[in-house]
Amino acid sequence: MTYDAGRYDVIVIGAGHAGCEAALASAKRGAKTLMLTLNLDLVAFMPCNPSIGGPAKGVVVREIDALGGIMGKIIDKTHIQMRMLNTGKGPAVRALRAQADKPLYIQEMKDTLENQENLTLRQGMVERLIVEDGEVKGVETETKAAYYAKSVIVTTGTFMRGKVIIGDLEYESGPNNQRPTISLSEHLEELGVEMVRFKTGTPMRVNSHTVDYSKTEIQPGDDVPRAFSYETTEFIMDQIPCWLTYTNEYTHKIIDENLGLSPMYSGMIKGTGPRYCPSIEDKVVRFHDKPRHQIFLEPEGRNTEEVYVQGLSTSLPEFIQKKMLETVPGLEKAEIMRAGYAIEYDSVVPTQLWPTLELKNIKGLFTAGQINGTSGYEEAAAQGIMSGINAAALATDVDPLILDRSQAYIGVLIDDLVTKGTNEPYRLLTSRAEFRLMLRHDNADLRLTEIGYRIGMISDERYEKFQEKKRLIDEEKKRLEGIILKPDEQVQKIVEQAGGTPLKEAVRASDLLKRPEMTYEMIETLTPADKELPEDVKEQVEIQTKYSGYIAKALQQIERMKKMEDKKIPENIDYDAIHGIATEARDKLKEVRPLSVGQASRISGVNPSDVSILLVYIEQGKIAKVSNE
Amino acid sequence: MDTDTITAISTPLGEGAIAIVRLSGPDAISIADHLFEGKKLEKQTSHTMHYGKIIDPETEEAAEEVMVSLMRGPKTFTREDIVEINCHGGLVSVNRVLEIVLSQGARLAEPGEFTKRAFLNGRIDLSQAEAVMDLIRAKTDRAMNVALKQMDGRLSKLIQSLRQQLLETLAHVEVNIDYPEYDDVEEMSHQMMEEKTKEVLQEVQKLLQTSQQGKILREGLATAIIGRPNVGKSSLMNALVHENKAIVTEVPGTTRDVIEEYVNVRGVPLRLVDTAGIRETEDIVERIGVEKSRQVLTEADLILLVLNYGDELTAEDEKLFEAVEDLDVVVIVNKTDLPEKLDMERVRELARDHSLITTSLIKEEGIDELEQAIADVFFEGELDAGDMTYVSNVRHIQLLKQAKRSLEEALNGMEMGMPIDVVQIDVTRTWEILGEIVGDTVHESLIDQLFSQFCLGK
Repeated sequence: MTYDAGRYDVIVIGAGHAGCEAALASAKRGAKTLMLTLNLDLVAFMPCNPSIGGPAKGVVVREIDALGGIMGKIIDKTHIQMRMLNTGKGPAVRALRAQADKPLYIQEMKDTLENQENLTLRQGMVERLIVEDGEVKGVETETKAAYYAKSVIVTTGTFMRGKVIIGDLEYESGPNNQRPTISLSEHLEELGVEMVRFKTGTPMRVNSHTVDYSKTEIQPGDDVPRAFSYETTEFIMDQIPCWLTYTNEYTHKIIDENLGLSPMYSGMIKGTGPRYCPSIEDKVVRFHDKPRHQIFLEPEGRNTEEVYVQGLSTSLPEFIQKKMLETVPGLEKAEIMRAGYAIEYDSVVPTQLWPTLELKNIKGLFTAGQINGTSGYEEAAAQGIMSGINAAALATDVDPLILDRSQAYIGVLIDDLVTKGTNEPYRLLTSRAEFRLMLRHDNADLRLTEIGYRIGMISDERYEKFQEKKRLIDEEKKRLEGIILKPDEQVQKIVEQAGGTPLKEAVRASDLLKRPEMTYEMIETLTPADKELPEDVKEQVEIQTKYSGYIAKALQQIERMKKMEDKKIPENIDYDAIHGIATEARDKLKEVRPLSVGQASRISGVNPSDVSILLVYIEQGKIAKVSNE
Repeated sequence: MDTDTITAISTPLGEGAIAIVRLSGPDAISIADHLFEGKKLEKQTSHTMHYGKIIDPETEEAAEEVMVSLMRGPKTFTREDIVEINCHGGLVSVNRVLEIVLSQGARLAEPGEFTKRAFLNGRIDLSQAEAVMDLIRAKTDRAMNVALKQMDGRLSKLIQSLRQQLLETLAHVEVNIDYPEYDDVEEMSHQMMEEKTKEVLQEVQKLLQTSQQGKILREGLATAIIGRPNVGKSSLMNALVHENKAIVTEVPGTTRDVIEEYVNVRGVPLRLVDTAGIRETEDIVERIGVEKSRQVLTEADLILLVLNYGDELTAEDEKLFEAVEDLDVVVIVNKTDLPEKLDMERVRELARDHSLITTSLIKEEGIDELEQAIADVFFEGELDAGDMTYVSNVRHIQLLKQAKRSLEEALNGMEMGMPIDVVQIDVTRTWEILGEIVGDTVHESLIDQLFSQFCLGK
């Protein structure tokens, strides 16, 4: 028998990167929220690499921040170094990445959770969900507590039937030797949720005192202040470097000779691993000709000697791991503090979800994060915040929020998952976004702050600042369009210094800025604004002016896409009744149940002719309605 | 969704005094105004017809003398603005007009799209909806089949290889972006990207110039009449020319002889190769030797091999059969008014799968059958009056032109010094467009390429 342990609007199971964002978003929206986790000392734990951000992922962190999420703020306070990547490329692909202080990150997050209004934090293992008539009502823990709620979010990451594998050793476990979640996974299967087995892995951690850094190359952080959050005002300038070394033919020989001991190759591991994050044995087998692979040595924090050996993810036996290290310059004498391992786990086939991350077949039940087949803290956090926003919306009876592919990487991520599914752990890549030029790192606030404010997750103060920024950008753009620069000595000198060809006639300041060699700073010296503008305003004026041609093209494409997105498919549509759709397309449509014709067109196996027929069918329904009225 | 302007040839392909190119959509009238030399259509009242000329804006040459019907929505078939350009019948002229219309921003209509729009805009009632769906399905399937079958293997392979080249370039750029610290791949430079883009552009241009379909549509089906002396080659040509109006086009600097080489057989434009040669020597094989004539023959799209019913089969005849072995051939046994001396059994054997027609050109017998046989060769015997063969040809050309434009934009961006990842937008677009030609635009392949080409990961 269970006892009644309380009533909530939203219950979040799990306190990883998805769970934390979910719980905070839900609570911020005013929903009474309960967070249940196995181990309160490990909220927002990073079981793999100590880093947040990078291409695409870094943009996601900013998007989360613009929506009122937490990840950016915490990493701004707890990193050991930060770098802007891709600075030599265009603005669309610039990306911020931070090395995290893992223990500090946990502390900061726990502090934030504990002090969040409307949020209750509790340790406990959930064993079952309470589901009645296809609707979730609450959860039951192993200590027989029954908590009731209108929405439940499951964010159990890689814990579900988790199995750790090192060489021929295998045991049931969550990451980092935490208890796995067995009965909840079985229970979800009983409820008819389809699961798939995935695999991922992590490298060994070594003791910093035993590393000879003189044989490696230093990788320092940027020496300018950087931050993810638009609200961060204090910057950490005292940074800790990472280090770079390489594997070599000796390392590869050891791997080659011992492949038989690898559970990946002996057939012990059955789950599908990610291609973008292969183990070192995978890299050596698949790219046999490569003479060396990079290894980054990343400190796990300021107050720990543990160093993450990025690039050596492996499930080979511990003694082989040691032998491998002995061949790597700088790591010859490195002491392993934790061995690398592979982990297999259950994940939910994500095409079973609506774009709100609610399960189609169980009302009120949401899943978010690695449980949905993704990989990475940022991908998890992105789903977390969206599930929190939508679970709270459902519980408090307001409209859900779905971001589309032109609004955010978050939209790309979720649309990919629920529309196409994934057959390996899914990672965001910039190439997955068709409107990359619009989904920039620098304009996440311009894209999403308005939405964050509307759903009550952005403060009035921040919103006012944001409005002011927008106003300054628009005014300055307009001003530059109105200013005519004559080809006088000063103008020609600046153009020539920048390496451009001299002006033949007078031009608008905005047109001069469009030249690739010209920067806002140069234009500013020719025609200063009335008062000094903030750096982020200048940046926007420059980017928006310089790439206006390409941006206009992208906007046209988005316009075309939107038209298809706006064609909604009625929820009760009967695909069997539509004459002429190909069988494969019909099956896929029935499985995915797309919300719009646009979403339908992205399902693999649904061809343009099927989309045409679908469109005609939907319009037919509308016409029928009109003629009946 | 359908707010662009679509166009297609709306009359069935085949012999007809006129053919109609129809435009429907918000820009129908303004597009027509761009290429119509006559009254400003914008200023005319609806449901009126106007005489004028279609001007190719690129060359500023007059392409066709036409009548244009102007119909403003909603009182039209699609309930959108519609312009119908009535031009002379026959493939060459109507196709030229269609190409000009397409070059001015109209999109080639998908199969059944006019009807679909009529339906979506409420012009057709409910009972017709099912029929519309059938139409879309059937026509699309056929279009796909035709498109795939029509595209000869070489073209398809070439396009696939161009796509692969682009894909490798794209994967390279992506790897630089997504794995900035991955030191194994050199940074894709403007120079590398420019080289690749130019290479592909060159191939696309070559394709545009030489693609078989495009060539036939622009220049007609190159046709050679061969046969021993005195089998009736001249009579055959005269019969074709007299039966069918010679197509008169205003090609500057061409002689009357050249113009007369074009004849229109049931909508199929024939360009009679080396007609003058036939006239002068009566025997192309004799004149230039078998080897040389083989070469002429392989350049032809269609061979009309003429035999004499009243004469015995000679070694020379057999040699002709040998020379045209792998080509599209119509075998014509002429002079059936004479007593049979020809070994017809042997002729049938030699003709194998080729069509075999008997004629008496003097008595004007068998000419209908001959024309049908010629049309069949062009339509591959598969399609009757369906317009799909034709459309898919134009579709490929159109897509190649788009690919060309988008490659040029990429080069332009590079010249302006735009960052690689911005220029890449146009390269990706090219890759997608080429994919439409071969029916494959799945985006996932880029990601697959990424991971098979490079060893990535942390």
